[in-house]
Order: sequence, then structure tokens, then C-alpha cells
Amino acid sequence: MTSIEAQVQQPYKYGFVTDIESEVVPPGLSEAVIRLISGKKGEPAWMLDWRLKAYRNWLKMEEPHWPNVQYGPIDYQAISYYAAPKKLPKLDSLNQVDPKLVATFEKLGIPIEEQKRLTGVAVDAVFDSVSVATTFQAELAKYGVIFCPISEAIREHPELVQKYLGTVVPYNDNFFAALNSAVFTDGSFVYVPKGVRCPMELSTYFRINASSTGQFERTLIIADEGSYVSYLEGCSAPMRDENQLHAAVVELVALDNATIKYSTIQNWYPGDDEGKGGIYNFVTKRGKCAGKNSKVSWTQVETGSAITWKYPGCILQGDNSIGEFYSVAVTTRRQQADTGTKMIHLGKNTRSTIVSKGISGGRGQNTYRGLVKIMKGADGARNYSQCDSMLIGDQCGAHTFPYIDVRNSTAIMEHEASTSKIGEDQIFYLRQRGLSAEDAVSMIVNGFCKEVFKELPMEFAVEATRLLGISLEGSVG
Amino acid sequence: MLEVKNLHVAVNGAEILRGVDLTVRRGEVHAVMGPNGSGKSTLAQALAGHPAYTVTEGTATYEGKDLLALKPEERARGGVFLAFQYPVEVRGITNSYFLRSAVNAIRKHRGQEELDPLDFLQVLEDKLRSIGWDDTLMNRPVNEGFSGGEKKRNEILQLAVLEPRLAILDETDSGLDIDALKTVAHAVNKLRAPDRAFVIVTHYQRLLNYITPDVVHVLFEGRIVKSGGPELAHELEAKGYDWLRAGAMVS
Repeated sequence: MTSIEAQVQQPYKYGFVTDIESEVVPPGLSEAVIRLISGKKGEPAWMLDWRLKAYRNWLKMEEPHWPNVQYGPIDYQAISYYAAPKKLPKLDSLNQVDPKLVATFEKLGIPIEEQKRLTGVAVDAVFDSVSVATTFQAELAKYGVIFCPISEAIREHPELVQKYLGTVVPYNDNFFAALNSAVFTDGSFVYVPKGVRCPMELSTYFRINASSTGQFERTLIIADEGSYVSYLEGCSAPMRDENQLHAAVVELVALDNATIKYSTIQNWYPGDDEGKGGIYNFVTKRGKCAGKNSKVSWTQVETGSAITWKYPGCILQGDNSIGEFYSVAVTTRRQQADTGTKMIHLGKNTRSTIVSKGISGGRGQNTYRGLVKIMKGADGARNYSQCDSMLIGDQCGAHTFPYIDVRNSTAIMEHEASTSKIGEDQIFYLRQRGLSAEDAVSMIVNGFCKEVFKELPMEFAVEATRLLGISLEGSVG
Repeated sequence: MLEVKNLHVAVNGAEILRGVDLTVRRGEVHAVMGPNGSGKSTLAQALAGHPAYTVTEGTATYEGKDLLALKPEERARGGVFLAFQYPVEVRGITNSYFLRSAVNAIRKHRGQEELDPLDFLQVLEDKLRSIGWDDTLMNRPVNEGFSGGEKKRNEILQLAVLEPRLAILDETDSGLDIDALKTVAHAVNKLRAPDRAFVIVTHYQRLLNYITPDVVHVLFEGRIVKSGGPELAHELEAKGYDWLRAGAMVS
């Protein structure tokens, strides 16, 4: 292995297991299990009905195999659909959180204790199937902002959940979204009222801990007219030899003149060098620019998971609405990623921007798949797409599948793509100026990702660059 | 300060240098000339430590140390600088950030305090002024979209800022028009110093019209076949390299 390859294949730092007493539902999926989950959450009947409707649809659906990834069959009856730490706090008091959970999140860099909290960032900490702590809730309530676990929202704010749940990603959208709709356990709910600029970053940290379980979280964010919210999502999991399924759904709704900025740092366990273990990250994320002049912006830095399958997209329904997608996807070891975005232009003068950076090392396979669709009524729509791939070593692969479907002749489309390889010559040039081989690779990768990193909120930009083992300074200097 | 003895270097298994001897003293300017394929660039790259250039025999001592045992970055931090014939682009990284990182890597190695962006800016401005250049290249990404002349000028600018004790210029004159050539040569002359030696690798004599070397060497088929004063460069210009062929065979 060359120094370049060693640099991108650093050991996974978040692979520890928390030894905590958990309640785990026996493996298997059935209506009885769904009723059990719904009962544990104290859900109203309409929620259970929705879940069962999704489940019955799912039974008729087939697992998709069109992505450019390979894996063995998944036994859905071998997965446990609910796991939760036994000692759960009452949500009004964070002091009652099990110290082991506090220590776990602290180890992950997510302090949830009052005195250690990150300033300016409210955190919802999700451990396996449940939310264990949500910070700054009272502070946010002063502005009318609701930030809570979705299970709490179903009980406390049913009118909002019923109005919006499934409106962006319907329960029968696709195989994994249907599965999620049937069994989703926790996730975050956000509502920002009219005209409010959310005073702090909101963030959810997802941690898988229990073995033989899947994580099926669901996030719903609603930005009412003229509001603004920036939301961050992070995730990690222990190192295990088995593959674990993570099938999440994220729905965003932006009404007139509202903006939602959604950032993800995805660092699920990627499996070992031989491809053993790791998370299957099969996720449906979609934002709807429902109102005029609204905006949904996705930024993602994907370094983890054995297999990634996700296309955070935007439905640009409101006139003059804007969709953005900025992505860095890294595949090393034996990781496979098939990721990209969908931009569906419905409204007039809608605009979308796609900037995708794929980095492949080791024996990783990295696929960009993107759809830009301009519908008939979308007069004056514009799209700019840029897909760049970087190869490190000669055993990895980069693939690009851009789909463009234009049904309105006034559309303006731009597409740029490039593939480059970090070569010995490039590394040598930087080393000849005194930089170590590691710093040289960092600098090159950092420069390559600059356009995406500058979209991340500051707190996450630092985390992202640390994740890639690279220095941020270059991209902001 | 640099003592190369019987240096043999292979690239992809093919032997390019076949026993080079070269002695450079502090502050001297040496020109290494020779026809295409004679091994000029190989000599430059091997001295800087490019991993694709394998030393199969011989020694190189730099300031009393075994140069060949050092990694490329250790050579750089120890004061060896190579101005590349084909400078590499680094996307998304500004020239000034890149240079500051390099300066700080070297300073750290020397046990000096690292420069913050403001201090560095001051150093940079002083250097630019000393060679009479402006800062137009500094906020652009390293070599990206640079013209051939700008790339070469950028190499010399890096040389000025990094203050090496041994500067190797690999065909810095190639691809330059006469004005650019004068600009670069002028800067190099400004950078000549008692504690800074130069090894200038070039195909043509024209650069040596502006930079007067102390010693001129002729590299031919992987060996230095002739050394002399500045007049040797003129002789080569007049006669070409062909006459060496016979001489090489005799020796």
C-alpha cells in the first residue's frame, strides 16, 4: 500500500460498543411487531393505521437492485426492529439520562449535559430506536420552534404531523421508504413558525449500538412561511462483523419564502478491508419547495457505510424556488456508494445546483446518479450540475450516471464532469516543498472538496475535515 | 555542499544516469546542459528524491549528510529546492495558502515559530518587492489555469520565499518567450547569494545569456562528459551537441 492509500484508509474511530442494558424486540417483522412498536410509543390509532398500510404495501414490493452496488440477500426476518436502553429518562429532565449514554455521546463529541453543551447547537441524541436527550428545547420554545423526537411530536403535535407526514415521501414511495413507514422508531421533528429565523443550529446524532438490529429513523422538518432553519445530522455505529440495515426517511417542507438547510455527516461503520461488516445505508431524503421563493439546500459528507444508496432530492414546486445539492462521497476499503440527487422542476423560474465530489480509494466503488427533470410548466428553469471524481490508487472505481429529462424548451441546463487521479507526481510536488506525504494528500483532497465544505455550517465543517483527516484551513484561506 | 559520485539512476528499469560526478560549492552557479534524453531532468528529479527515480549505484552527499537516505520532504526542509519543468496544479488551494504551508513545514523543522497568515503576508510582500513582482498569482489556485510563463514564474517565486541553500532549476527556460525569460533570469540573479548554490538544467544556452554560471557541465548519455567555464555554453551553442558524440565514444 502506498502512503496515499494508507492516508485514506485510516482506522474507524467510532467502533466501540456501549455496554448497556437494552430492551430488544425479538427479530422478525409482522403486523404484531408493528403494533408493539406503535404501542411502546403510545401512538394514536391514525399512526398505527398508517404504519399498517405501509407494511401491507411493502409486502407487495420488491427490493430494488438497479443501484450499482452488490450485496447478498437481506433477511428481513432476522432483524430486530426495536432496541432501546432500559433506563430511559423522563424527557423533562436531562439529569436523569443514564450516565453511560451521556458518556457514549460525549465520546462521540456530542456533549448533552447542561454545562458542556455546544453553544448555538441544539442536539437530539438518538440511541438505537429511541431519542435519549434533546437539548435547548425550552430556549427554542420561546421562539415557537418545536424541536423534539418524532414520537413525541406524534403525541403532542398530531395536527402538524398528520398534515405533513408522507407528503414528500409517501408511505409507498419505494421499498425502503415503505419499510421505514411501517417500522420507524425515532428521529427528529422540527417546526419553525412563520417569519422565525431559528436562533441556533438544530442537530440530531444517530447512534446504532445494539447488534442484529436495524435503525429506521424518520425526520420531518417544516419551515413555515418566511422562516429559516439549519439542521445538521451525524451518525456512527460500532464495528461488527454483521451487516446492519439503516433505512431512514427524511422529509422537508419549505413554504413560501422559507429556507431549509440540511447538512449530513455520515460516518456509519464502513466494514473492514475485506468488506466484512458495515452498515447498509438505504435512505430516502427529499425536500419539497412547496411555496414560492422557497429554498432547500442539501449538503452531505459521506465517509461511512458498507453500502450507500441515497439521493437527497428537491421537488421545486413553488415558483422561483431553489434546490441545492452539495456532496462529498468517499469510498475506500470495499465500500460501495450509489448516491446523487433528484431535482424535479415544476414551478416557473426554478433553479437547481448540483455539486458532487466522489473520492474513491482502496477497492471502493463510487457512483454518482442524478436526475434533473424539467416539467412542462417549469418555464425558465435552470440547472447547473458539476460531477467530479477523484481516484486514489488503481483498484477503485468511479462511475457517473446523469439523467436529464427536459420537457420545456425554455430550460437552461449546464453539466460539467471531470475525473482526476491523485498521482505520485502531484504528491511529489507538494513533498518537494516540505509537506509530508499525509499533508500533501490532505491538501489535494481538501482543495478538491472545497466547494462542498464551504457550504457546511462551521461546527460541521471542522468535523467533516477531521473525518477526512484533512485540514480545513486551505479551503477557507 | 553537494558532492555527487558515480550516480546511476534508473526509471522504469531503464538506466538513464550512468555514473554522474558533480561537485557544487556554496554560492556557486552550475549549469548542466545536454541534448534531449541525456538525463538532465533525471538528475534534477533524483536529487530531489522523486520516488519513480531509483538510484542503483553511487552516492550524493549534501552538507555532509547522505542525501539519498532522506525523504523528499526532508530534503526540502533541509534546503533543497527543485523548480519543476512541469509544475503541478492543485485545485481549490490558493497559492498563498500553499506557500504558507510549505514555509511553516520548513520553519517547524528548523524549530522556528510558524507564521500566521498576517506575518506570512508581510514576508511575501517583502519577497515580491525584492524581485520586483506583484501579487497577482497569490490568490489563484496553485498553477490552475496559469500560462506556461506564469507557472515558471511561480516556481521562482516559491524559490524566493522558501530560501533554499541548493536550488535546482529544471528547464525553467523551456516554453518561455524572451520577455518572460528575462523576467525569470532577472529574479534568479537577484536571488543569487553567497550561501545559495544553483544547479541550472537547460537545453539551450539562451538562459545563460542572462545568468552567468560559474561552471558549465555537459551531460551526455547519462554522464558528465565535459566541464568548463561560461565559454563552454557558447561553444555548445555554436557547435550543437553532435560533436560530443565522437568525444564520448573516445572517452
